Amino acid sequence: MDWSAYLPMILQGAGVTMTITLASIVIGAALAFFFGILRVEGGPVLSKIALCYTEVFRGTSLLVQLFWFYYALPLVGLSFEPITTGILVLAAHAGGYGAEIVRGALSSVSTQQLEAARALNFNRFQTLFRISLPQAIVEMMPAFGNLAIETLKLSSLVSLISIADLTFTAQSIRNLTLDSASIYSVTLLCYFAMSLVLMVAIRMIEHVVRRGDVFPRSAHS
Amino acid sequence: MNEKTDTPLIEFSDVTKRFGILTVLDQFSFSVAKGEKVTLIGPSGSGKSTVLRILMTLEPFQEGRLTLDGMSYHEPGVGGRFQASEKHLRQIRNHVGMVFQSFNLFPHMTVLRNIVEAPIRVLGMARAEAEARAIELLQMVGLADKKDHYPVQLSGGQQQRVAIARAMAMRPRVLLFDEPTSALDPQLVGEVLSVIRDLAHEHDLTMLLVTHEMRFAREVSDRVCFFDKGRICEQGAPEAILGAPKNERTREFLSSILS
Repeated sequence: MDWSAYLPMILQGAGVTMTITLASIVIGAALAFFFGILRVEGGPVLSKIALCYTEVFRGTSLLVQLFWFYYALPLVGLSFEPITTGILVLAAHAGGYGAEIVRGALSSVSTQQLEAARALNFNRFQTLFRISLPQAIVEMMPAFGNLAIETLKLSSLVSLISIADLTFTAQSIRNLTLDSASIYSVTLLCYFAMSLVLMVAIRMIEHVVRRGDVFPRSAHS
Repeated sequence: MNEKTDTPLIEFSDVTKRFGILTVLDQFSFSVAKGEKVTLIGPSGSGKSTVLRILMTLEPFQEGRLTLDGMSYHEPGVGGRFQASEKHLRQIRNHVGMVFQSFNLFPHMTVLRNIVEAPIRVLGMARAEAEARAIELLQMVGLADKKDHYPVQLSGGQQQRVAIARAMAMRPRVLLFDEPTSALDPQLVGEVLSVIRDLAHEHDLTMLLVTHEMRFAREVSDRVCFFDKGRICEQGAPEAILGAPKNERTREFLSSILS
């Protein structure tokens, strides 16, 4: 099979996959912090709303969520570009899992730290943003790393709502060449290479939030 | 002590504190004059740390009244039944500082930032002023050269000295020490005690100290209070309580701790 003809297609598909993944991770992280903080600090009403969000997106099929936003939402007059739909749904899905990570890490900040903050008369927001979150973020990093890679792999589902990502491109090429073994091998390698890049990026972010080796590593991270 | 003319700075009257069915403070009455250095001693679970934690507003209590310089820990006008609002408690908290057994420095901040963060954010002090003051305090505790270190890079004794500087940076009128040397290796206790000893010379600073260091208590305090079962059994000048205790329980406790 003549790879030179297909390589640009594959790279283009990989580019679409990477774009969707990165956009979903960034938006998903924002959603994760927003809803995760609401879970802990939101009081009786807002924390329930945040709980509903996480449970709905964690408890339903991502593929069906994609179909619902792609096919069902336009019926009530709301329609987005396929790529926008793909990014929003993946982001909401990652945000649902991420909010649980944020909630768990915030709850793991020791009461002694919170008491020290109280004794110094920090208010609630200062305690959250200056004491709790900077410590909790360190705890979140390994789980966020997994979630980012999970999001990359789940992004292949967007090929089913007609987005020309890496998986979609691979299928098109296979339909033309009928060479399943080669094309899917190359596709797997592409996903693996992209997840390596993600892992390195996450390690770098983790290094920053740990302030090098200074921040104590907790036993379970 | 001229308690008649001086209204006490801190006054507990009939304060009862329960954790579930456990009564930790039982109709507890206790007052401290401005500038007084008081040591609280007694077996664990006798309520002495709870007194500090209530003063720091870390624990609510169920009955009784507590005032600090006339400010009630309950909402004014609500008949003393309800815990004061956060806004009201924050006003009280501005006057009180606390040093914890486990130091509780913020691990993600350098020593200097640990000290300046609250003066800047809470008191609205200018950064330059807060830093100059922090350096002074670090010199007082002998750690000016460690200002850019992180807590994890310091020994326990050094961490506790930073924690004392951090509490002092808020210029508290009342400073509470909750077993400040209990978590330290024996050879590090001395350096922390010597910092507390220096603070005890500050005339205006009111100090409440929970400790098992009896010799130190004798040296720095104006008054020693022996706690048992949520009440003060015996109190008085350190020589009297530690030298010639009248109460049977005090004697038992002291002999158990000295042996």
